[in-house]
Order: sequence, then C-alpha cells, then structure tokens
Amino acid sequence: MSEIPAIELRKINKSFGPVHANKDIDLVVKKGSIHGIIGENGAGKSTLMSILYGFYHADDGDIIIKGKKVTIADSKAAIGMGIGMVHQHFMLVDNFSVLENVVLGAEDSALLAGGLSRARTELKRLEEEYELRVDPEALIQDLPVGLQQRVEILKALYRSAEVLILDEPTGVLTPAEADHLFKILDVLKNQGKTVLLITHKLREIMAVTDTVSVMRRGEMVATRETGNTSMEELAELMVGRSVLLRVDKEPAQPEAPVMEVENLTVTDSRGVQVVKDVSLSVRAGEIVGIAGVSGNGQSELLETLSGIRRATSGTLKIQGESIDLGSSTLDAADMRRKNMGHVPEDRHRMGLINSFTEYENSILGYHRDPAYSRGLLMDLGAIKKNAVAEIEKYDIRPPNPMLKTANFSGGNQQKIVLAREIERDPEVLLIGQPTRGVDIGAIEFIHRRIVELRDAGKGILLVSVELDEIRALSDRVLVMFDGKIVGERGSNADEGELGLLMAGVEDNRMTAEGGVQ
Amino acid sequence: MFETIILMMDATIRVSTPLLLACLAGLYSERSGVVDIGLEGKMLGAAFGAGAVAYITANAWLGLLAGISVSVLLSLLHGFASISNRGNQIVSGVAINFLAAGLTALLGQTWFRQGGRTPSLPDGGRFTEIVWPFAEQVRNIPFIGPFYAEVLSGHKILVYVAFLAVPLTWWILFRTRFGLRLRAVGENPAAVDTAGISVVWMRYRAVIACGILCGVAGSYLSIAVGSGFGVNMTAGQGFMALAALIFAKWKPVSAMFTCLLFGFLDAAGTRLQGVEIWLIGEVPLQVFQALPYVLTVVLLAGFIGKAIPPKAAGIPYLKERS
Repeated sequence: MSEIPAIELRKINKSFGPVHANKDIDLVVKKGSIHGIIGENGAGKSTLMSILYGFYHADDGDIIIKGKKVTIADSKAAIGMGIGMVHQHFMLVDNFSVLENVVLGAEDSALLAGGLSRARTELKRLEEEYELRVDPEALIQDLPVGLQQRVEILKALYRSAEVLILDEPTGVLTPAEADHLFKILDVLKNQGKTVLLITHKLREIMAVTDTVSVMRRGEMVATRETGNTSMEELAELMVGRSVLLRVDKEPAQPEAPVMEVENLTVTDSRGVQVVKDVSLSVRAGEIVGIAGVSGNGQSELLETLSGIRRATSGTLKIQGESIDLGSSTLDAADMRRKNMGHVPEDRHRMGLINSFTEYENSILGYHRDPAYSRGLLMDLGAIKKNAVAEIEKYDIRPPNPMLKTANFSGGNQQKIVLAREIERDPEVLLIGQPTRGVDIGAIEFIHRRIVELRDAGKGILLVSVELDEIRALSDRVLVMFDGKIVGERGSNADEGELGLLMAGVEDNRMTAEGGVQ
Repeated sequence: MFETIILMMDATIRVSTPLLLACLAGLYSERSGVVDIGLEGKMLGAAFGAGAVAYITANAWLGLLAGISVSVLLSLLHGFASISNRGNQIVSGVAINFLAAGLTALLGQTWFRQGGRTPSLPDGGRFTEIVWPFAEQVRNIPFIGPFYAEVLSGHKILVYVAFLAVPLTWWILFRTRFGLRLRAVGENPAAVDTAGISVVWMRYRAVIACGILCGVAGSYLSIAVGSGFGVNMTAGQGFMALAALIFAKWKPVSAMFTCLLFGFLDAAGTRLQGVEIWLIGEVPLQVFQALPYVLTVVLLAGFIGKAIPPKAAGIPYLKERS
C-alpha cells in the first residue's frame, strides 16, 4: 500500500427489517480519484452512501477515513470529516438565495452578517478555482436544475469537503448539462478531491470514472479499473447475466399512417411559442422517435397530442377523422377513447398516484370503461383480476395488487403505467421517457414490449432524451430543436450527426430537400 | 370628529395587541413548519393561568409568568404530538383548543366557585397604564398633543412589548442564524437535516417561542385589559390571529399592519353599533366581526396577491428510508 485511501469500508452491514440492504460491503476509494459505484435500482448504493454520510447507521462493520477508524453519528460528523454529498433530490431551500443555502448549517456565528460576507468572498474564490459560476444572490427557484446542482457542489466545497458523493447526479440533467458536470468533476479531481459517483448509467461510468465498483442485491460484486473493463462486462455484473444493450428487432413493416399532425403550434402560459409549426406522421407498425435536448418542445408536443395541453393551431388526423386542435375541446379521456394511449414522461407527476394501490393505478384514466365499472360503482373484482393478469404478464414485482405504488421500485412503477396503456390495445401509443430512472433489467423488458407492440401493427411516437434509447428503438428519428423539427434520419442514424442536430446546427440535407415530411 | 378618530386609534391599538402577539406566535411556529391551529387554546390557557395566579399572589408579573408557563406547556404538548410523534398537526391543535376550553372552565369552577371565572383581581394583580413623560402637559397641543397622550402614551406594558416584538421578530428571522435555520426548516427540513442541524430541536425551539408569545397574549386579556379570567374570554381571537398570519403572508411587519386593520374593524364595529350611516343605514356588528375572515378568504382565493405558506408547513418530517 503506497498511499492511504481516502475512504475504506470493511464488512458494512445494514438491514431494514427483513431487507438486507447492504451485505458485508468492502470498498476502497483512492484519494484524488473518481470512483464510480454502479448497480440497478435497489442494489443498495444509496443506502451505502447514506451510511457514509451519517444519515443511517451501519448495523456493523468499520469505516476508515484517511487511515483512521471512525464512527459517523450524523451528517454533521460526516461533514466534519470532510465528506460532502450531493443528493439525488437536491437539499436546497427554494426561496432562499444561493448564498443563504451555502451558509445554512455553517453560519459561523449567531448573527448572519459575518457568515454571509465570508461566504461571498469564499464563493468567489471557489468560483475561480473550480470554474463553478453561480450568482450568489439568485434565488434557487429561479435557477435551472443544472445550476441548482452546482450550488449543491459549492455547499460541499464551502464546508471544505475532501470527498464528494454524488447520488445519481445526471437523472435530472440534460445531456449538455451532464457533460458540463463531468467537466466539473474532472476539475475537482485535478484539485485533489475524491469523487464518489453513484449511478446506474453505464455511459457515465465509462466517461468519467477511474475505478468502478459494481453492486448487486446489496452486495459488492466487483471492482475494476475503468480502463480495463467494458460496458458489456459491467452490465453483466450488474444484473448477474448478460443483457442486450441493443434491442433485437426486425426491420419495420410500416403500413398506412395512423396519426398525422399538421402545422401544430403550441404557446405556453408565458406566451412563448414552444412548438412551432410541427408536422409529422406515424404509420402503423413503426416507431417514430423524437430526439432532442429536453426543453425543446418535445414535452409540450406530447402533452398536446394526448389532450392535456391546448394547441394554438394545427390539425390532427386520427382514425380517419380530422381534428382542428386550435379549437378542439378534446381532453385526455376523449383522446384515450380515440384509441390513443399515453405513457406520460413523468410517472410520479402524471402517470400514477403513488398513494393509491397498484390495482387502482392499473385502471387510472380507464375507470369509466364499462369493463371496470357498474354504473356509479367500480367493478373491483374485474379490476383486480385485470391487475393480477397485468402483473403476471409484465413481471411486476412484488406481485401484489394491494400494495401502494409508492412501494414499488422505479422500474416496476413504469411497468404498471406501461401495462395499463398497452393492454388497452391502442392504435397509437405516445410514450415519453419510457425508461427514466429505471434499472437495466426493466429497460430491456420495456424495450421489448414496445417493439412487440410495433410488430402487432400499432403506431408509436416515442419521446426520449436518452439518445441511445431513441437510436435503439426508432425506425425513424425526428430531431426537435427550439420547438421545430430540424431533421429526420433513418433507424441507423449516426450518433454524432444526431448530436449536432440536437444542438441546433443547421441540417444541410434539410435545406437541400426543402423540408421534412 | 378629531376626538373620535383619536379614540378609535387608541381602541384599535388596544384591540390589536393580543391579535398581534398571537399572530407573531403563530409566525414562529408555522415558519418552522408546524401549523398551529391551537393558538386559541393556548391563549385561553394562558389567560386562565395568569388570572388565577395574579389573583392569589396579587402580583401581575407572577401572573404573566404563570400565563406563559401554561401556554408553553401546551406548546410542548403540541410539539410532542406533532414533532416527536409526527402526528397530524391540525388534529393536535384542535385537541389543544378543546382541552383548554374545557379545563379552564372546570378548574375555574372547582377552585373559585364563580361559574368558571376567576375573582376580580386585587390591586397589583393587574398591569397598569404607563404614562409617557409630559403626556398631560402636551395634551392641549393641537393634533400632536392628543395623539401623543392618548394613542402613544397610556397603554399597558404588554402593548409596547407586542409592538416591539415586531421589529425584533423581523431581525431574528432575517438577520440571525436561528432565523435562517427556522425559515429553512419550514421550507425544506431535509436540507436542514443534511446540513447537520437537528430538525426536531429547531422545531421545538420554534413552538416554545410560539408558546411564550401566546402566553403574553392570553395574559394580556385577563390581567391587563381585563380584571380576571372569564369563561372562553379569547372568543376566537386565536383564529383571527391565524387569519391575520395568512393575510400577512407569514411576514412580521405585514402581520402588524394586518392586526391593526383587523383591530380597527373590531373597534369600528363597536363604535358604529346602533349608529345610522347615511344611505346605508345601521350596519350590524356581525358585519365587522366577519370582515377579517371575509378578507382572508378573498386573499386565499387569489384576489389580493397570493398567500404561499412555508412549503413544509403541516408535514411531519420523516427521514426517508432509501
């Protein structure tokens, strides 16, 4: 051993009731490195980090920091030992300024003035040292998530953290913001800080880490030098078997269009045009992917087509009927009755009611369907029978329709939504971010289901900010930028080319052909 | 006419004082994330405690101390239920209101046998007016004189305490470490927890501050304006203070102006009782009594700006299990 590791964990155990979340975990993190910890949702990564940050206490095992055995009683103790954490859900007070958030808990004295002015100077220094630019007087609620995350990093650095833990830091970021974050992590490393990156995205591990440890079902199964491993190997270690990173599918056999959108324009509540004169069509038996950095109008497009949002103008042709979206009063229920299913982008906000049970969620939006109701009453027997069937077909775990959806993992929650929409046999399915925050095993399953639906002759419109997903699933890719469709590519689209389009670089092919159908 | 205005202002200040104290009390509690619907009960308990002890000891200060103690104890009860045991804060608050209403009447009757009232206070058991220097000499100076002598001078010490508590609260809230943490814990307790600060201890300190101010408010009723405790003598002022708190959007200076407005409506209602107003006729007292609530509802409906409560108010804090 030439150098004392920044952190060493020996035989850490932690159980929550019957769930053994961490089993005999050993981990050595070298000082000045970026160490990735990868694993599926529920593998115990967050629990382990919470133990390190003093949020939970280990049942047994040793924590050794800089060669000294320590007990971490609470977060305050962890901060004192130079550990900082950027949580998946930011721990910021929205209506406080950046400065107030940085100072909270490290105010120096009973009066604020001194601490605030010290923080102002210190922030300026950190800004220069780490290239972390944020206006200290700005309110958190006015900042985009990327900057909010920067504030979290600054908070840790302000407390002179030597080790920075980032828990799923890119879950809320756009690809561009994520790239920027990785640059910041590199700067931190070069300044001698140690970074622990918790994620379930293989790409990120490959892109930034020096070392990677893999967790599976509460156990640490392997540690590798990132340079000596591959995505395939890591994926296999994570799930305990090899998974297809690529989706196996036959070439599409598209038929007649099942949904046509013409000249759709949507204006949001601020009066800004967010979807600008978009025309597209989806044919039976094909998956049309919409690629783009989030916030370029994809969400609004999906919401308008599913009847949640009103359009300013535009036409929708579906099932031989032409609907003027500018004046239509069709709502989400009407759209569903027109055989248009919708898997919303955010399952927590729109797809599910987390405090409802699985069976209640399994008919949400279809509760008026005569199959599930008898007059004013719900037909609980039929609903539960249907729920049990869906649980089986979609391998939803735990297989208990009486459990609240809040108690399912992200992947299983997404399967509940997907099962609900697909099993109603829609002609057109609108899908937003089908695998956001979902573990690899479930991703594979979900992708297969989507392809099966396509092969059954349905039309699918897929919106995702994961370029890999778009490329793996789509038969045609449309790229959205600034509310417009700026390019179209086939299923074998080049990643770099799509990236340029997503960044708003003009498509020469498009100008040559004079437009996209 | 001028004399009437002066008298109205004087009355407004007197009526506003307990509202303001209770409103600031609620402010501390709710800013920390603990909704306190039990302001009424705490005031009532304090009024009784103050009245009883002031009667027995013939000492207003001991009475005040007793009033504050009762109120703080009730606060701790609310804290125990809603902070330590993460119970529903509304239910706990309502329980405290019932508890105070029942217990004060019962103990009052058992101890003093006057239908739940405490006997009239002896000299020394009540706070007396503080007359400012030269109040009598300047009384005859037009306008300023009566204003100084009637409106500013000649109130009980608790009135001045209440109005001084306003800048003090503002200063604590926005200029001290305690205030920063208090506001943070009401907005995002998880952020406070991860910063290494105890959420539970912060909230307990907030409800204790709330108890102290409520104690002063209740004591003011029984041993400053009143001369002894009367059954249910708070008569909904705790709820009125809660309405004022919402109306003031949880801000101390706005709270003062809101309480003055509500106090003025009350004073005006009393003043205009039985008076015919040109073109309108006699306005029933109830109209004035209802106005503060009507205004608050109008505010909540979004007609006068927007009242956004502290984000974590009413939600018990529970560390997530991964």
